[in-house]
Amino acid sequence: MSINNRLSAARRKLILPLLLLGSLAACQPESVDLAESGQGATPLRARMLTAEQYANTIAGVFGGDISAGILPPIPPMDRTDGLLASGAAFVGATSDQISQVQLAAAAVAEKVVDEDHRDFLLPCRPESPAAADPACARLFLADAGLLLTRRPLAEARLAELVSLANYAAGGTGSFHDGLALALEVILISPEFLFIVEQSESDPRRPGEARLDAYSLASRLSFLLWNAPPDAALLAAAGRGELHSEAGLNAAVDRLLESPRLADGVRAFFDDMLAFDEFHSLAKDPGVYPAVTGATLEQAREQTLLTVVDHLLNENADYRDLFTTKKTFMSMQLAPVYGVPAGEGWTPHRFAQDSPRMGLLTHVSFLAANSHPVRSSPTLRGRAVRELFLCQRVPDAPPDVDFTALEEAEGALTARERLEVHSTNPSCAGCHRLMDPLGLALENFDGAGIHRDSENGAPLDISGDLDGVAFDTIPGLAAALRDHPALSSCLVNRLYAYGTGGPVSRLRDRDSLDWLEQRFAANGHRFRALLRDLATSQAFRAVRPE
Amino acid sequence: MKPLSRRRFLKGALNGGAVTVALPLLDVFLGDNGTAFADGTPIPLRFGTWSWGLGMSEAVFVPRKTGADFDLPEEIAALAPVRQHINLYTNFHVFKDDAPNLCHHSGWVVLRSGIAPMTRENRPGETIDVSVARRLGNATRFRSLSATATGDARDSFSYEGGSSVNTPEWSPLRLYQRLFGEDFQNPNAGTFTPDPKVMVRKSALSAVMEESRKLEKVLGTADRQRLDQYFTGLRDLERRFDLQMTRPEPREACALPPAPEDLPTGLDADLVSKRHRMMTDLLLMAVACDQTRVFNMFYASAFSATTRPGYDKPHHTATHEEAVDPELGYQPNTSWYTRRAMEEWAYYVRALADFREGDGSLLDNAFIYATTDQSFAKTHSIEGIPLFSAGTAGGRVKTGLHIDGAGTPGCRLGYTAQRLMGLDIESWGGKSNTTSSEIGEILA
Repeated sequence: MSINNRLSAARRKLILPLLLLGSLAACQPESVDLAESGQGATPLRARMLTAEQYANTIAGVFGGDISAGILPPIPPMDRTDGLLASGAAFVGATSDQISQVQLAAAAVAEKVVDEDHRDFLLPCRPESPAAADPACARLFLADAGLLLTRRPLAEARLAELVSLANYAAGGTGSFHDGLALALEVILISPEFLFIVEQSESDPRRPGEARLDAYSLASRLSFLLWNAPPDAALLAAAGRGELHSEAGLNAAVDRLLESPRLADGVRAFFDDMLAFDEFHSLAKDPGVYPAVTGATLEQAREQTLLTVVDHLLNENADYRDLFTTKKTFMSMQLAPVYGVPAGEGWTPHRFAQDSPRMGLLTHVSFLAANSHPVRSSPTLRGRAVRELFLCQRVPDAPPDVDFTALEEAEGALTARERLEVHSTNPSCAGCHRLMDPLGLALENFDGAGIHRDSENGAPLDISGDLDGVAFDTIPGLAAALRDHPALSSCLVNRLYAYGTGGPVSRLRDRDSLDWLEQRFAANGHRFRALLRDLATSQAFRAVRPE
Repeated sequence: MKPLSRRRFLKGALNGGAVTVALPLLDVFLGDNGTAFADGTPIPLRFGTWSWGLGMSEAVFVPRKTGADFDLPEEIAALAPVRQHINLYTNFHVFKDDAPNLCHHSGWVVLRSGIAPMTRENRPGETIDVSVARRLGNATRFRSLSATATGDARDSFSYEGGSSVNTPEWSPLRLYQRLFGEDFQNPNAGTFTPDPKVMVRKSALSAVMEESRKLEKVLGTADRQRLDQYFTGLRDLERRFDLQMTRPEPREACALPPAPEDLPTGLDADLVSKRHRMMTDLLLMAVACDQTRVFNMFYASAFSATTRPGYDKPHHTATHEEAVDPELGYQPNTSWYTRRAMEEWAYYVRALADFREGDGSLLDNAFIYATTDQSFAKTHSIEGIPLFSAGTAGGRVKTGLHIDGAGTPGCRLGYTAQRLMGLDIESWGGKSNTTSSEIGEILA
């Protein structure tokens, strides 16, 4: 059994005082002094850009109207240790994929130099649009190369590209076509498609290695903005400032204070909440006529708006995301929730007597973890364990006898149907971890719409989460909010997300423990956690794989 | 400016300038099947795959009679119009040996790669379509093409190994744009004007590769392999650029189709069927236009979540939770899903047979390999897993047969297919799935 439900008594003892300390310290977040061990380090990684990072890069360098209409030529990632982002460290590109990379590159390059954009996007005008202009080409390619590959182009590379632009201008009779062909080369190069980290020796820790400044800039920027470093961050890297405490702190603070931080936080939670499911999620229109594809997309947006508002705008306790009554509402979602709403997105507070509170009662979570035609306590319970507590529920064994489930065909409620799971020993081990949590959400159907009964039968939503009993939705929400693994799971996921690959339970343990203690001591403030991670030694020190 | 660079570009351009690409002799030899178009052009061999989810209801799926003129029990009754074009293989086994039985996973992975996976994330070897595409795929714009009727880009049974999956096209409109968009060169167009940019693109590739090779120094072993794979992809681009500079041979069955409407997401059986047929039509037109010679169509995933209007269990849930009706001897709703799958398989085969080529049809010049993930999904059984083939591979294969595998490895069909496609392999598969025994009954 690989379910990770093994917080030792000693660990609980450690965490409890920290939780108390956290509530005291909440008045003064980010002022807690806990020293990092000094041993933290992570391996170098070569991550493929995710589809969103590809789009963000093109939009950041050339503008949103260039990236619009270009489908990022990035394959789906394998969810690895709970994150698609960690899959990016392992995914490879087939020949078929590379051909799509080339087509996207050609489409981007063609738009950049077309008559609508060239005057804005090129830093110079060629002497003649019908002939090569090496100086102008060099200006453009040096800038574009820096921003696209996230480090300055080597002189030899730049010269090669300029030479290509000249040659192509000759062949096509157009400076701009020539320039576009050189830009295409950058956009199909592995240095663009992969975030390849590089190391150098660390003068402050003889014999040890650290990320070079440009690699660190990329880690920071993709963590906090889900986008490549901007010119200012690259310039700071070029000046060596990211290697000084003051320089790093200043850079991190600038990124944290930027409105683009919301993009980064959204991307992280979209990944952690497994919202990629929404790409193919659909509900049976015969059963749930009110829930269309557009409704589901808004449900996803509602949750992300709530997360960003709670964690960034309000700088509130992460754990309260699971109990908060505050959210946002749109006209399309309002009928699903049975509440009124105005135009666009408006702040909304669920009524005190509403069963809705926290992320578990959002339509996004409830609908994504259900079947197209009915709810699934098992899927929901599994999602609570895996998404929020980082526990892994094994697959069903292959030799299960399903006869008992058949006999439950006439059952009115899911609880009656699933009763067989607890009576069959080969099912009970895992299902007793999943089903009670999901059954507690049975007041919401497969589309997340509230119901008082199922097939006319009353619903019993009582259960327990690792020893904490509940018989109401607020009870479930509180049990999850106060579960010790809730915080450690977030820390674990964020660490993996930021450092570009799955954590090593052995080698990253100290860093994770330290971050978790800091997180608790800071009142579970996400912004402070981001800052701690981004400025930690583990984030920039390199260890062999 | 480095004079070396210019020289390299010119060198590349000169290479690219030899615009008529001579195919490697072996490919020409193996790629032709001896039949010819009306103008005498040899007709190439094609390899396709098709997949459905969750196996069968044995009692109403497996014909009583083997050999020719086999009966069509009710679950496969939809195959009547195409029976003469297909073979059905039953009582073939998939062996897991010391690997775990990964529900809905081991079965298809073994049949596509020959090797039993150790974990769900593990993708051993490469899939059969990738191996065949190395042989047949070099003369076309796409080495292979994959499409899924599920609307989900994650649904693919085609991979080069490890974490390198061939992403399928999941929307009819996207598939159309990819196939017949700007880069499409109509083989039947009267004129041919190569784009001068293509020559520059080709010469520029060597520059990318040479400079980027430096990255290898900073990468660990696993990442170096990923980079090597990237360079393999870039080299394949060179091949494609060469093709773009070559006038394509006319193809009599190729006709540019109209752009399709796009479809909403969802897995309602009617919607999946509509998507499957639209994508089949586009994919096969791409084959008829010789845009690819290797193609994968994915009707349903292993955990198929197709839904039936008015029934509350998606396909996978139904396989486990629906009782076997004692009078019928099978699970009626589960069987309904399989029957829908068989209707789509029949559509796919019919569509191939409807493309005229030379004296026969596209199907006559193809071999299609169709697999599923379980035999009896209710108990996650992989013994006696059913398979189909369609097409005669240029007259090399007899069709209209029901073959009883007598418990031999299901990998025999994949092995036979690869031999038919000209792969010079002595055996295929790992451990108990290893076979060097063709299914001789089907060979003409």
